[in-house]
Amino acid sequence: MSETHSETVAYVRETMLPPEPPPLAETGAIKWLRENLFSGPLNIALTFVGLGIVWLVVSTVGPWLSHSVWNAGSMAECRQIIAQTWGEGATGACFALIKHRWNQFLFGFYPQALYWRPVLAFGLLFLALAPVLFSESTKARRVVLGLSLALTFVFAALLGAPMGALLGMAVLMLLWAALIETRPRWSLLASLAYPFIAVWLLWGGSLWSEAMVLAGFCLGFVVWRLLAARFGLLAFALAVMATAAWWLLLAGPLASVLAGVLPLRLRPVSSDQFGGFVLSITIGVAGIALSLPLGVILALARRSDLPVIKLLAVMFIEFIRGVPLITLLFVASLLLNYFLPPGTNFDIILRVIIMVTLFAAAYMAEVIRGGLAALPKGQYEAADALGLDYWKAQRLIVLPQALKISIPGIVSTFIGMFKDTTLVVFVGLFDPLKAMADTIRASFEWKGAYWEPYIFVGAIFFILCFGMSRYSMYLERRLKRDHH
Amino acid sequence: MVAYTGADNPPFRLSMLIYDRRYRSLTLQAIVFILVMLAASWLIDNTLRNLSAMGKTLSFDFLFRRAGYDIPQQLIPYNSDDTHLRATVIGLLNTLLVSVLGCIAATVLGVIVGVLRLSSNWLIARLMTVYVEVFRNIPLLLWILVCLAIFTEVMPPPNAYRGENPAASMILFDTIAPTNRYTAIPSIGMTNPPGTISLGREGISWAFVAFVVAIAAAFVGRRLLRSRAQRIQDRTGKRPTTWWISLAMFALPVLFLTWYFGLHLIPPVLRGFNFADGINLDNALVVLWLALTLYTGAFIAEIVRAGILAVSKGQTEAAFALGLRPRRTMSLVVLPQALRVIVPPLISQYLNLTKNSSLAIAVGYMDLRGTLGGTTLNQTGREMEAMVLMMGIYLALSLIISAGMNIFNARVKLKER
Repeated sequence: MSETHSETVAYVRETMLPPEPPPLAETGAIKWLRENLFSGPLNIALTFVGLGIVWLVVSTVGPWLSHSVWNAGSMAECRQIIAQTWGEGATGACFALIKHRWNQFLFGFYPQALYWRPVLAFGLLFLALAPVLFSESTKARRVVLGLSLALTFVFAALLGAPMGALLGMAVLMLLWAALIETRPRWSLLASLAYPFIAVWLLWGGSLWSEAMVLAGFCLGFVVWRLLAARFGLLAFALAVMATAAWWLLLAGPLASVLAGVLPLRLRPVSSDQFGGFVLSITIGVAGIALSLPLGVILALARRSDLPVIKLLAVMFIEFIRGVPLITLLFVASLLLNYFLPPGTNFDIILRVIIMVTLFAAAYMAEVIRGGLAALPKGQYEAADALGLDYWKAQRLIVLPQALKISIPGIVSTFIGMFKDTTLVVFVGLFDPLKAMADTIRASFEWKGAYWEPYIFVGAIFFILCFGMSRYSMYLERRLKRDHH
Repeated sequence: MVAYTGADNPPFRLSMLIYDRRYRSLTLQAIVFILVMLAASWLIDNTLRNLSAMGKTLSFDFLFRRAGYDIPQQLIPYNSDDTHLRATVIGLLNTLLVSVLGCIAATVLGVIVGVLRLSSNWLIARLMTVYVEVFRNIPLLLWILVCLAIFTEVMPPPNAYRGENPAASMILFDTIAPTNRYTAIPSIGMTNPPGTISLGREGISWAFVAFVVAIAAAFVGRRLLRSRAQRIQDRTGKRPTTWWISLAMFALPVLFLTWYFGLHLIPPVLRGFNFADGINLDNALVVLWLALTLYTGAFIAEIVRAGILAVSKGQTEAAFALGLRPRRTMSLVVLPQALRVIVPPLISQYLNLTKNSSLAIAVGYMDLRGTLGGTTLNQTGREMEAMVLMMGIYLALSLIISAGMNIFNARVKLKER
């Protein structure tokens, strides 16, 4: 570099000029508009097309929505009010239908006095899931816990839960939340007990029958733990036999004895009273909870070195994934009775849950297989190097990581399954979308209401599914950070 | 020198079946196999006992009996005197028809939306995001019911198109007339028909054969042309321009055949109370097709977007640095890599669409489930046979599509060395 310019700079300004504001076209809204909407001929054309679409939607749906009526007793009254206020020939939404019949969309034919029970079961679901799904961040977990506690309590109170139930509910939920915050590992046990509590809350009856089923599982687990060290695989067979013996021989009498001593009974609700979103969520949650263990086993079987087991898993998964869910539901309603011993006949909801579980398990297996494949090979080798046997390696090293990777996939499987629960209408159950809308439309007052039920049910589905997909994206981001 | 042969194998003892890793896997497989076979035989035994208790036997004879019901939408001739087997075939063809139409339309929609979602235009990108999220997060059944309601409630009856001052007007240059019962579309006519090959009751027009042959020949010709261009490029370093020759190879024969046979569209015309001359598509088909397209299109848009984002910008820049022009960069560098990401999930969406077409039950479209699994099943009371056959057909369809996907995957797989 030469020094020459230092001698020839007599005319060079020595102070900085104050910064000029950018030209008008380069600031604020104008700049944003130019860059994002009018940056070139193609973009300008696209903007006008977009504006056209928006105008089309607003001009067709807008007036209809703005003429909506919330206070009316029937469709005819709605139309009359709209004609009076907006002139003859005006059309408008009649959301009075939703105001009158919202409970049927949500609860089906569930007895009105017992609405608090599904609400409580749904609220407890978040407590049961919190240690699994929201373990990543303390803040998120506390928000979820607080919201689910408060909302469950408020809704149960508004829906007319008796005082005693409210009190018991508050104590139970607070204790559970405290358990989650202080002893996360112990709260997993409570999560395992959740399905039994939920079944009791939803269907009612004596708590002891559910407790005996749970006790059977506990017994099997204890037998397996005690004998595993000495008998290995044989212990597993013995545990299964012990559980079966307990359920077949002891559980029934013991439950009736205990019910005599301490009757913990809720008013029973039969399956044909289930409907609306209670039915959808019940089938969806039961399906996903049951299909997860089955999916893990299928995924491990499909990746196994044992040819027979691998073949069986592949056949099952490909068969289920190859047929539409509707045909499986028809199998549940038409054929399942053929496959079982003569004279067996059981609940249609249970049959549908079995089929939905098998269906979801096949998809779940593929998601988890993806998680297993994504795990670096070094993890498997490290487990082998430590001398762990197959099950220990899977339980301690492989599965925890693989399941964590596949949580987003599991959530999207769940979203798909939750949407598919609407198909149960074709085997005669009351889903919120078609069966409930048809039922309400069949009544004299609400004849001819086409769009309002779809909007209401669609909005609820959208909120639930969109929320879940956002959660899975959030989780994906968090999990991604761990790998860097 | 004595060759080292390793330790002698210990003599086989029964306990080794459990404790020796070499035999334990065999034991385990044998146990699982026996258990599965026991379960299967228990199920089959139950089934046979239940069937015999109801006085039924397993037999597929019903397929050859008279069906006795009508199907509104049919691709090959059918009337109610035909057999259940033919009704099943009609149903299968209807399933395939709506699936193929749906796959094509959903792909077009999905690609457009997926690309537009990445557009720098704020408004369009937001609109497409709204479309994708709304359609992905609401059950397909709702979209089918909404489309059905639009067609039955909003569309005018056919006679609304009548008179001096009709209440409704046809769309797309007076060629398509949606009504609340069917959608009238133009049919294809020939002024100079070449006759048909008759195959039983169906006939295939020679014109159709001629078109298929012409297009196939054009594909072969294009291939030869390209390999010749490649040879010249290898020899001289210059690639001759080929695009207009290959365009001509496709366009000229097609134009010639169109002129020779006198192909033209016959628009539907209102005669009396209904449209005639054109094709009156059953609204069940149109509704199902529309709903499947809109729903699957949203999923395909996400797949396309992810595929485009998966090709890193460095690839494009590297191609530019090598002196490739944008068009060749797209066709040689970006697309092959994006397609590798896009195609497998795309095919699985095609599979989903095919399976979802069984939701035809909600609109009364007579697909495979509507014929074999619906009316035939109810008329003959053969639940077991009809369901088994129906699931078998769906399974075969799925397996064929997956096999296609596997072949594609093997071809485009990253060759790691």
